[in-house]
Amino acid sequence: MDWTYIILTVLKAVIMVAVFMSIAGYTVVAERKVASWIQERPGPNRTTLPIILAIPVIGRIATRLGLIQLPADGGKFLFKEDPFPGHVNKFYYILAPIVALTPALTTMVVLPIGQVTEGCIHTPIVLANLDIGMIFILAFSSLSVYGTILAGWSANSKYPFLGGIRASAQVISYELAMGLSLLPVFMWCGGTLNLGEMVNAQSGLLFGFIPKWMIFFQPVSALVYLTSLFAETNRLPFDMAESETDLVGGFHTEYGAFKFGLFFVGEYAHVTMGSALFVLLFLGGWSLWPLNIFGVIDYPEGILGGVLSTIVFVLKTFCLIFFFLWVRWTLPRFRYDQIMHLGWKRLLPIAIVNLLVYTIGMAVYVKFFHA
Amino acid sequence: MAIKVVDRRPLTWAEKTYIPQILAGLRITFKKMFNPRVTLEYPEQRPTIPDNYRGVPTLVRDPNGREKCVSCQLCEFVCPPKAIRITPGAIDESDTDRTHIEKAPKEFEINMLRCIYCGLCQEVCPEEAIVLQDIFSTNGYSREELVNNKKKLYELGGTLPDKHFKWNAKKKAAEKGNAH
Repeated sequence: MDWTYIILTVLKAVIMVAVFMSIAGYTVVAERKVASWIQERPGPNRTTLPIILAIPVIGRIATRLGLIQLPADGGKFLFKEDPFPGHVNKFYYILAPIVALTPALTTMVVLPIGQVTEGCIHTPIVLANLDIGMIFILAFSSLSVYGTILAGWSANSKYPFLGGIRASAQVISYELAMGLSLLPVFMWCGGTLNLGEMVNAQSGLLFGFIPKWMIFFQPVSALVYLTSLFAETNRLPFDMAESETDLVGGFHTEYGAFKFGLFFVGEYAHVTMGSALFVLLFLGGWSLWPLNIFGVIDYPEGILGGVLSTIVFVLKTFCLIFFFLWVRWTLPRFRYDQIMHLGWKRLLPIAIVNLLVYTIGMAVYVKFFHA
Repeated sequence: MAIKVVDRRPLTWAEKTYIPQILAGLRITFKKMFNPRVTLEYPEQRPTIPDNYRGVPTLVRDPNGREKCVSCQLCEFVCPPKAIRITPGAIDESDTDRTHIEKAPKEFEINMLRCIYCGLCQEVCPEEAIVLQDIFSTNGYSREELVNNKKKLYELGGTLPDKHFKWNAKKKAAEKGNAH
């Protein structure tokens, strides 16, 4: 293996991590902004630097939008005193925030963000084009709950412990429904687990105007998956791990400074990852709707098509991130037993029935109509 | 007493899924995003202060520009946290305009670290010389800075319109020899 290939791969990985982390970071700012807009407040709009205010119009707009808030927050997390409680289990206490953030960054390896067309061959823009992409993501993203559990346990304190236990119970319950809701999607896409191919399976139109997105073919799957996604990312209304209304800060009560920052960014990295996945699986990734109604079938060849498809995909992901934030400020938090009830008695049966119906339906279709 | 029976029907199938309710909630929050902001952006925008607001206590002058305080020290005595300290002094003989008054404060200090903004000083003042006005924010780097002396108090107070002109009436009565 020659050196240029290695250097290029590392460079691509670094760029991907940097972009992904900044999107996750700005999701935090977006959360504060959306929260304040929904509450009829302006939100963070003061943090700035003289050098940014010196830019004529843009500087002022950026300040009002809170765009300078992220470096300020990050800097604060970096430079403030790092509290280290005396009663914690030191090794796991330090390990937990790392374990919480790493899976989100690892799953992004197989996340395609666009496609390059060269001579009618579509190549997804992705760090590692694995054929088991989706399985890889499912496996790794559930690892992040270990961060929560370890944090709750190693903090050696009552509230974090309860938060950790709740988080683990919640993730176990919703992981099942999530996996089952995805099986019919895999079958529909022709049995592939490669995310790029799943997006390609969703291009095209139904009756000439409805996009062939999975959400229109499998709305129940989409609903179950989206609900489980909220639970998996510990977002409200499934905010069991943190439950700041009754558990102080939940699993990160004993954390501060940069270690808390890692948890925080980790949560939003999962939100970003989850949104990207939902776009890939159910909203057709970078598919060209509504332009393909008017006869634009494919992206242009080469770099231009790559950039355009990436922009479309990222925009869709932003919309879904906004949906995550929007739901948080709409729904109140579930009680613990309500979450268990919803997970085991509602979502799991729905997912199983959904799987059976689609399996039988597809088998019948292939047997009698397709042959 | 009339009894009102509240209609509590069992939830319909659609309501049991919660989805219509969630969508309605999302609609409400989305509309809220475009409502006008209710925040008062403080340092640039100031709140409107009502007339009877109890802000920082200040000393005021009468419309003739004379100081109203006669150094009776009632405010000093009534002040619950003992924030006021008055050093009384005689009025200069040369000041012919104010011969009808016996005393004026030589020094008047209000310690804003002690003041509780109760307004008793304003209530007790027979001359309406000490008034709690609309200043609500004081700050400083040291304890000494937060003790308002006489000069500062008059700066903050300024001149307020007088309703009675008490001493003018007294003076006129004394000249005419009318003892009520």
